[in-house]
Amino acid sequence: MNTPAKPQLIVIGNGMVGHHMVERLVERGATEAFDILVFGEERHLAYDRVHLSDYFSGRDAQSLALCATDYYAEHGVQLRQREAVTAIHRDRQEVETPQGRYRYDRLVLATGSTPFVPPIPGNDRDNCLVYRTLDDLDAIRAAAASATTGVVVGGGLLGLEAANALRGLNLDTAVVEFAPRLMPMQVDNEGGELLREKIEALGVQVLTGRATQEIVDGEASRHRMVFQDEKVLETDLIVFSAGIRPRDELARDSGLEIGERGGVVIDDHCLTSDPTILAIGEVALWNNSIFGLVAPGYQMAKVAAATLLEGNEAFKGADMSTKLKLMGVDVGSIGDAHGDRTPGARQFRFLDPLKQQYRKLVVSSDGKRLVGAMLVGDNSYYDTLLQYYANRIELPEDPAALILPAGSEAAPALGPDALPETATICSCHNVTKADVCSAIDGGAVDLGAVKGATKASTGCGGCAALLKTLVDHELESRGVEVDKSICEHFAHTRQELYDIVRVEGIKTFSELMEKHGSKVGHSLGCDICKPAVASILASCFNEPITDAAHIPLQDTNDTFMANMQKNGTYSVVPRIAGGEITPDKLVVLGQVAQKYNLYTKVTGGQRIDLFGARLEDLPAIWGELIEAGFETGHAYGKSTRTVKSCVGSTWCRYGVQDSVGMAIQLENRYKGLRAPHKLKFAVSGCTRECAEAQSKDVGVIATENGWNLYVCGNGGMRPRHAELFATDLSDEELFRTIDRFLMFYIRTADRLQRTSIWRESLEGGLDYLKQVILEDSLGIGEELERQMQAVVDTYECEWANAISDPEKLKRFRSFVNDARPDPDIIYTTERGQLRPA
Amino acid sequence: MSSAIAAKTMTQTWQILCTRADLVPYSGVAAWVETPEGPAQVAIFYLPGQAQELYAIDHHDPFSNANVIARGIVGDLKGQPVVASPIYKQHFRLEDGQCLEDESVRLRTWKVSFKGDEVWIEA
Ligand code: SRM
Ligand SMILES: Cc1cc2nc3c(=O)[nH]c(=O)nc-3n(C[C@H](O)[C@H](O)[C@H](O)COP(=O)(O)OP(=O)(O)OC[C@H]3O[C@@H](n4cnc5c(N)ncnc54)[C@H](O)[C@@H]3O)c2cc1C
Ligand code: SF4
Ligand code: FES
Repeated sequence: MNTPAKPQLIVIGNGMVGHHMVERLVERGATEAFDILVFGEERHLAYDRVHLSDYFSGRDAQSLALCATDYYAEHGVQLRQREAVTAIHRDRQEVETPQGRYRYDRLVLATGSTPFVPPIPGNDRDNCLVYRTLDDLDAIRAAAASATTGVVVGGGLLGLEAANALRGLNLDTAVVEFAPRLMPMQVDNEGGELLREKIEALGVQVLTGRATQEIVDGEASRHRMVFQDEKVLETDLIVFSAGIRPRDELARDSGLEIGERGGVVIDDHCLTSDPTILAIGEVALWNNSIFGLVAPGYQMAKVAAATLLEGNEAFKGADMSTKLKLMGVDVGSIGDAHGDRTPGARQFRFLDPLKQQYRKLVVSSDGKRLVGAMLVGDNSYYDTLLQYYANRIELPEDPAALILPAGSEAAPALGPDALPETATICSCHNVTKADVCSAIDGGAVDLGAVKGATKASTGCGGCAALLKTLVDHELESRGVEVDKSICEHFAHTRQELYDIVRVEGIKTFSELMEKHGSKVGHSLGCDICKPAVASILASCFNEPITDAAHIPLQDTNDTFMANMQKNGTYSVVPRIAGGEITPDKLVVLGQVAQKYNLYTKVTGGQRIDLFGARLEDLPAIWGELIEAGFETGHAYGKSTRTVKSCVGSTWCRYGVQDSVGMAIQLENRYKGLRAPHKLKFAVSGCTRECAEAQSKDVGVIATENGWNLYVCGNGGMRPRHAELFATDLSDEELFRTIDRFLMFYIRTADRLQRTSIWRESLEGGLDYLKQVILEDSLGIGEELERQMQAVVDTYECEWANAISDPEKLKRFRSFVNDARPDPDIIYTTERGQLRPA
Repeated sequence: MSSAIAAKTMTQTWQILCTRADLVPYSGVAAWVETPEGPAQVAIFYLPGQAQELYAIDHHDPFSNANVIARGIVGDLKGQPVVASPIYKQHFRLEDGQCLEDESVRLRTWKVSFKGDEVWIEA
């Protein structure tokens, strides 16, 4: 077929803003109008540079990525990573890279900026680095390995962030700033002084008013920095963070209009001086300003997408207010924080030298409007002040109250009602109160749906609290009857069904349906409510899931007590509590795998998975395993999986408690427990945390005095660190706390909700959870313990139960009228083992 | 991806498949059946007490290409009895095999009924 070629759109730069524009384009169906080709010089798919420093505190490149790996391919956008554009030939509408030349019809520059390295002799010595990309961070990490001291040149926002990173890499760290104070852009002398005190208290040396003249060989360290006053500072590693410079070389060389101090000049539609070319993000200069923040970049991305699609949106500048936490110190800056851009402005200041807090208000000459504010030490004032500023809300009679300590005559925080419709809630995605309200009116019935519809709070996350308050408020004010029914068969939530089952002692699905079903259709239930009710019944009464009344409710994995594989075969995972296994048992696993020709793999849960078992072989396989003392591992159930352990004090020279022993006790206590989702545990013998307990639903870490308990972590798609819940527990206290915690989760969570998500949606958060579990604020502690004990007392290996019952075994025939195995299951071999063909 | 609907030919006959005791109430079992096109795997669902108690539908899941339909969860959506594929969870109407998520996919179905305690199928 002869389809006319689509116009070619080329995007240079796969950074935050370039990616954001691609997303906006995809959303608006631009892949129909253009062939889109993106060049990215970096090795990594666009990632969250704002949270770059998290890379040093445990996040990896993948979790920082702004989209799934296959996002580009999935939407037919071509992405050429590690291919930098080296020239733009505007006469021929081509861009050039080392690999070739590519024609464009429209071109977008999203090349961001580079850290500014002051022209100091010696700035190119080894271990003189910058802080902008993941590769930079790798280089810093590598250099730090052989260093003991580090210096950051530049005491601005990014410099302090870099300094914190060096400190985290265990370097003796110093910050050298040319200006007389830290963060000169955001704070004044008073604020800067306070900041210095706080940062020095963290052990970071602060040198202000220092200009480095040259960098030479050091005596005790690798480098010596020589300052204007001949003073010197020795260090092994230097990170330059003295501001940013737009990456405008390509534009400059091809003759596009460039600002005096750099930056590609754009108009309100993000068009450069050549209207086939657009520029967005930190490379773009609008109205003589570069915007070094992501929110304005995102706004440009949105405008540019509209411009490309012949829409008409305009970039109108952006607010540079910021709220940050640097080395644990809150700093906030709103509007004209210095008060030097507003004629006649008046200032209010509050300084608490003991608490180390400083706040300043800049108010218009008539005292009615807030034109700027500055916060050091406590950002809890920020949201309210920003709303006064951004929405030009009239100030109260006595504006000073806005910065006085809470508890004094302080003005109350602005409620969602006080915000005008035009109030910006999320500046990253430019979402106003009106947008949120219309999303709600358009059918978004909870926070998640509002986020999905508006994208609010999916950028820097700074607006999350405000958004939640607003959404809650708006939903309430609409008296929204939120339909939380689990499915069409029950007009109840999972939590309500759980309560009904408990209170009325209902023991079967059919009884529940009869008494509480919504009586639609045939009342057979469905694949949503049946497994959910099966799980509730199991949590409450723990009857074998293969009993006749329960079997039709189960997912196939539970029905056959094995995980179904993509070719219809199953996997077999016996329990290996705590990962401890005797050589004899290990041999049996090998023998069974040999006999039934099973693919064998060590799992991430410290046990052994045997794959490729045919349905009809499962009973025989389990017969042999049970004979050898194994029991089911519930790898198929939404239930307790594994308790991972480290070797602990029995072998490890650092261990302070017997982590293996505890892991086995925990696994044996909670095995067989069915829950809304799977449960994973781990126990580490000391803070080195070899068992990765902080990534589990229940994590236990040994202390000198007992056990620290962490809860609600998980790995998987959206990893979440577990939170410290209780410290120095004895064995008994540990069991009791976990009993209560798990039963409370089982009672209140939604179906298929892991503890992490449940915890995040729990109103009142961790504090509330602590009150309920540790302080028994609801008075249900004993009841929860009793319920857990009942599950523990009724444990029975469900495979052992099934193979002793010929009726149940009938279920494992492949065909009821023929012993022939399924001929469509075909295997081949790979690396000496079988796999599905 | 649509499976062919078995041509109704004169050679179709009623044959005995299994007994009531082989069935699992409110769930499915798989069986072999001889059809004019050759042997086929069929999923038999048994819904005691419902207006229609027995259904026979293709055991082959066209989305995963595995023979697993009998192992899916039976339910009803908007009043129509369905089975959910245990692998990728599409729903198929027991009545006529129609996939609810994809109009172009329909599983083969057969007539089944009890003769006393025996299960008979027309294929
Ligand atoms: C076998 C194993 C991979 C391996 O070879 O190591 C595995 C295999 C499966 N995982 Fe896993 N996971 C395995 C460890 C993990 C881990 C690591 C761990 O537990 O330490 C994780 C991340 C930790 C976590 O869960 O928080 C993990 C996160 C997942 C997820 C994502 C869960 C989430 O909340 O995001 C799923 C999907 C789900 O459960 O819905 C999943 C689902 C699955 C399923 C059940 C997918 C399926 O439905 O077919 C896989 C079937 C296994 C089978 O057929 O036997 N698996 N899975 C591991 C079995 C451990 C065990 O001994 O039981
Ligand atoms: C440590 C750190 C912390 C920050 N914290 C915050 C914060 O808290 N809040 C905030 O709002 N902002 C913050 N920022 C700033 C924010 O990250 C930037 O504003 C944002 O990334 C700008 O996006 P961009 O797409 O314009 O540039 P970038 O994200 O830098 O993307 C530009 C991309 O283009 C690529 N590129 C350049 N030239 C070429 C070429 N010729 N060919 C191919 N590819 C090319 C680059 O390699 C880069 O990947 C922070 C930045 C850093 C470094
Ligand atoms: S967590 Fe501690 S006790 Fe356990 S293996 Fe690691 S270092 Fe040893
Ligand atoms: S302000 Fe950044 S996500 Fe909303």
